[in-house]
Amino acid sequence: MPVIYIDNVLYEVEGGQDLLTACLSLGLNVPHFCWHPALHSVGACRQCAVKMFRDEKDTRGFIVMSCLTGVEDGCRISINDPEVKRFRASVIEWLMANHPHDCPVCDEGGECHLQDMTVMTGHNYRKYAFKKRTYKNQDLGPFIHHEMNRCIQCYRCLRYYRDYAGGRDFNVFGIHQRVSFGRAHDGTLENEFSGNLVEVCPTGVFTDKTFRRHFTRKWDLQTAPSICPHCGLGCNTIPGERYGTLRRILNRYNSEVNGYFLCDRGRFGYEFVNSDRRITRPLVKQDSGPNAFQEAVTGEEALTRFKEIFRESKGVVGIGSPRASLEANFALRSLVGADRFSCGMSSREQELVGAALGILRDGPVSPASLHDVELSDAALVLGEDVTNVAPRLALALRQAALRKLLAICEKLNIPRWNEAAVRELVRHEKGPLFIATPFGTRLDDAAAETYHAAPDDIARLGFAVANRINPYSPAVEGLSADPSEKAAVIAQALLDAHHPLVVAGVTCGEKSVLHAAANVAWALHSVGRPVKLSFTMPECNSLGVALMGGMGLEQALGMVREGTADTVVILENDLFRRVSLDQITAFLDSCKNVVVLDHLSNESTSRSDLVFPAATFAEADGTFVNNEGRAARFYQVFKPLDPIKESWRWLRDMMAITGKAQTATWHRLDDIVAAMADSEPIFEPLPTIAPPADFRAAGQKIPRQSHRESGRTAILANVTVHEPAPPADPDSALTFSMEGYRGIPPSSLTPRYWASGWNSVQALYRFQERISGPLRGGDPGKRLIEPDEHRDVSYFRDVPARFEARDGKWLIVPAHHIFGSEELSVLSPGIAERTTRPYLGLYPQDAGLLELNEGQYANLMINGKMLTLPVRMNPTLPRGVASLPKGLPDMEWMDLPAWGRVTAAGEDPRGFNP
Amino acid sequence: MERPLTQHIRPGKEPLEIKQYEGAGGYASVRTAVKEMSPGDVIAAVKASNLRGRGGAGFPTGTKWADMPTLDDARRPRFLIADADEMEPGTFKDRFLLEGNPHQLIEGMILAAFSAQTEVAYIFLRPGYAPPQRRLIKAMAEAYDRGYLGKNILGTDFNLEMHLHLSAGRYICGEGVAMIQSLEGKRAIPGPRAPRTSKFGLWGNPTLVNNVETLCNAPHIINHGAEWFKGLSRCKDGGTKIFSVSGKVNRPGAWELPMGTTLREVLEQHAGGMRDGVKFRGVLPGGASTDFLLEEHLDNPMDFDSLGAVGSRLGTAAMIVLDDRTCPVGMVLNLERFFARESCGWCTPCREGIPWTVHILEQIESGNGTPEDLDLLEAQTKLLGPGRTFCALAPGAMEPLQSALKYFRDDFEQHIRMRRCPWR
Repeated sequence: MPVIYIDNVLYEVEGGQDLLTACLSLGLNVPHFCWHPALHSVGACRQCAVKMFRDEKDTRGFIVMSCLTGVEDGCRISINDPEVKRFRASVIEWLMANHPHDCPVCDEGGECHLQDMTVMTGHNYRKYAFKKRTYKNQDLGPFIHHEMNRCIQCYRCLRYYRDYAGGRDFNVFGIHQRVSFGRAHDGTLENEFSGNLVEVCPTGVFTDKTFRRHFTRKWDLQTAPSICPHCGLGCNTIPGERYGTLRRILNRYNSEVNGYFLCDRGRFGYEFVNSDRRITRPLVKQDSGPNAFQEAVTGEEALTRFKEIFRESKGVVGIGSPRASLEANFALRSLVGADRFSCGMSSREQELVGAALGILRDGPVSPASLHDVELSDAALVLGEDVTNVAPRLALALRQAALRKLLAICEKLNIPRWNEAAVRELVRHEKGPLFIATPFGTRLDDAAAETYHAAPDDIARLGFAVANRINPYSPAVEGLSADPSEKAAVIAQALLDAHHPLVVAGVTCGEKSVLHAAANVAWALHSVGRPVKLSFTMPECNSLGVALMGGMGLEQALGMVREGTADTVVILENDLFRRVSLDQITAFLDSCKNVVVLDHLSNESTSRSDLVFPAATFAEADGTFVNNEGRAARFYQVFKPLDPIKESWRWLRDMMAITGKAQTATWHRLDDIVAAMADSEPIFEPLPTIAPPADFRAAGQKIPRQSHRESGRTAILANVTVHEPAPPADPDSALTFSMEGYRGIPPSSLTPRYWASGWNSVQALYRFQERISGPLRGGDPGKRLIEPDEHRDVSYFRDVPARFEARDGKWLIVPAHHIFGSEELSVLSPGIAERTTRPYLGLYPQDAGLLELNEGQYANLMINGKMLTLPVRMNPTLPRGVASLPKGLPDMEWMDLPAWGRVTAAGEDPRGFNP
Repeated sequence: MERPLTQHIRPGKEPLEIKQYEGAGGYASVRTAVKEMSPGDVIAAVKASNLRGRGGAGFPTGTKWADMPTLDDARRPRFLIADADEMEPGTFKDRFLLEGNPHQLIEGMILAAFSAQTEVAYIFLRPGYAPPQRRLIKAMAEAYDRGYLGKNILGTDFNLEMHLHLSAGRYICGEGVAMIQSLEGKRAIPGPRAPRTSKFGLWGNPTLVNNVETLCNAPHIINHGAEWFKGLSRCKDGGTKIFSVSGKVNRPGAWELPMGTTLREVLEQHAGGMRDGVKFRGVLPGGASTDFLLEEHLDNPMDFDSLGAVGSRLGTAAMIVLDDRTCPVGMVLNLERFFARESCGWCTPCREGIPWTVHILEQIESGNGTPEDLDLLEAQTKLLGPGRTFCALAPGAMEPLQSALKYFRDDFEQHIRMRRCPWR
């Protein structure tokens, strides 16, 4: 490793990096703006200047930008040289010349990188005595607030939005001292990752608009480490709370998972926690028939009622949930018994998730973390509209598409950190990213090749690729020229790659696609390529409940129909989103008693006899298992209003009251985690994924509140003038207090990033082992699935027949939407505003056959139902295939893909003309 | 024939048509090069001639041409760009050549394209140059007609397509990468120093960028040889140079003179000395982005090294003369306004620092300056110096200011003391 001298102190640093990264990794303070660990160096802001000396005799030295200077063995620099310090202070002075100094009313104030850097450089008295420039702000939609006057023109936003995230509706405008950033016209930022601008912007130009509506300073937010509950990737987050409302979500860095960025669903979907649809009291159904109503009762009354229900019952089935924690599912399984426990997924979904799990667990190829995805240099996506089902994965794939191109730069000795040069070099190239989906996706622009076909044909393409890589995998009969050529190109690109990747998933709804993906991965593995597999999962704990086992939902419904059970306990699961309306209505009607635990009122809760108010992810501790099998702990951010409780606690109480002995020892989360670890070998590591509740750092708990939390004695003054004791937290080493350990806690217990002199999110540098490396002491979470790479495989042989379009019928494929298809986030107003209306996607010529134009209504006969929907033309759909949004609010559940009959609806059924 | 570049220029008249130009020996160099020479021979000749780039930086032209990748690099097409985006205040030498003899440029470009083996050439023209535009279009059409451009030039397998691109009008396009960005339809922002545009230029392909005057020299080197070319000069840099003079001299204009001609000779013999009633106070020898020189420097030869030695630069050799009836503060203010306007807005010092100097200069010029303002200005000239900004625009902008503060400090102080501009 090269050694460098910084202010005459010798340091050993990694080669191949720029000096700024090296200095920050060493914990040295070098101010900077345009450099960002994920966006690298462009040399725009000139803030990171350091002095460089030719040799030990050189005393004058010369100023260089540390971000644009590579580490060279023996090089000598100075951060503290007076001349360069003066220069850095003057850079701040220039930036501050036009900055409005409106920190007291700025949402960034107190966690502002510009403030930090200003203090760091020592600039304080302004000499600029002229008028400041001003700008007009733009309305950028429900997520991002724009305040252009604060801009210091570091160009980070532009580089993030366009180069990193692939957005096209954002740009830099104007020239010289009138440069501005935003959209050409007011309007919603279209990119699915726009929320990261909030963290990328070093000052208050782009701030969180949802946070703004219930704003609280960073130091007044109570925060805890958490996991995003809105898709299966398990991105790490930091939610913040004050006065019992959840205020915002920030990214929590995990070098293996989400790195520096979140998607907009994850960042802005949190407001369901504050929804007025929250269930805040236990509810008991009174009367029956049309007069029935739900009455609020106390927790004890509800449990007593449950005891009666349980005693009267012939048999109880438990329906778990892929969006509830492992602990809650396990408690439910313990309550009803493993043979009466359902994983809460429809049979089709369970089969698909099970197939994916089987491939990961029993095959030789390991699952890809998001970091692995970013490092892959060729990727094949089969079937999944990644941007809409596992958004952060799409952002990772976008980076992967660049990876192969970096070879061009290496050949020219252009290091990766030299971002401007790298972008220049690769600007006209596309890396080997191949996307095969039923219709165009928002990631297609990054792909070298796309293939839009029916799911069966996508599977056939995958099987053909596998066959080209290893002829022992089954061949595809009668493959036409186009997919055959594509398969050859894809197979070659995957073979040429150092780190090939195959992406598939559950949401496209075809098992053969998963099998095709497995064959490709296994074929690559068989020829010695270090391939990885990434399967998207629909929900935050899909894989977790799949590991737990249990029957499919239809089977559980069958038990009631057949009379082996008459009572159901439903855990955090709106069954109306899982199976058909007829099935679920019949089921609920035939149940003698329906008991539901959930956060929000929905169809299922409103039809139940007993409702327990369950804590959301922000009010509970628990474990989710993400799509790669990584178990990660999330922690209570705040104590919910009494009597809302974690589902597992309710279930434990139910077990206790119904005389289940094992709960006697389930006092706190660690106890139930230990019980889980005992129950299944795969869960054995669970107690080790995070420190136990007894963990203490230097003898202290880790405070959820900052050292500057204000109003501690006043917050509850309307209730009592005495300062109440903070709520106890028996479940974790965190405490609901501002008192406790102030150092860097274990990574899975880090409630916020804050360090001396670093008040903004950039304080993260101090928590990383090195810039963009793992968090100190290792990243949180632990993989439960680590396949044995020497395992033999037998290739899947279920190559489907070629898709044939049918007369008058269309294969209806599900279209997932990042905003709208996920149950909880859609209850957040910002997400709701972005949610699409129901529609039927048709290929224009297919629509022409039906004499339908854009926006006109079509009748769709599907699953024995008739839906009337406006037509949306989608020229990327294959002929004979139509798309129907999945999971939108107010849309009935449909089992997709399925064949449907489409006819023109004639007159607009809703009373107005299209 | 000691004035090869301007020999066929007839001021006030239309330039030579192609037949006349050919009759006067035009395009002979193309014939020689494509039929008798290899690209390497052309480069060797230009190298031997000591021709240095006339765009301001003085980079050896032969070295630049030789830096183009070999044909093993399979990327096609390769590009040549003639930088005709001349828009620094006081600089009009390229216009003189473009208007006076467009065929000479085309001929030079063909040679450059031949030596660098580029298939496509662009003339990147300042949008304000309407007469050159018209004349270039005509000349290009004539050259296509006569087979000097297009496919199979003069029956060989050498091809060259030439396009005239009217720029959007930004001074920053003088920076090579910014010009390439602009040609690609992007914001004109200077680029990283590596990779070089010769390797990764326009549309990512090998690209050669030369100034108009540089290219115009090439035919004469091929026609008469490197030794002859070196002999034209009075210093070790080869050839002649277009020197232009503006300001209150008797005959403002542009003249082709040997490289290394003294300032005094240009000012007194060619520009006719100062007008009656005004006295010489100083001169920006190489255009708006060079340091002032004074009376004491006038016997200095005008070449790249000699002017560097006295703290200024040859730049484009566009001399702007300051006289005793003109306010130096106002002159510098005018220049800084230009540079502030033309900053691309990429790096902080240039974007924020130059407008600040404009504000301060305005304040001094309007009689509201304070003694501290001079310290501030002084500090800005240092803070915006070389190495601290992303490209050379801001350091260039500071050159007239820092030298004005050095040589004309009394005038600044007088403004502050009198609380007005003494020239008003």
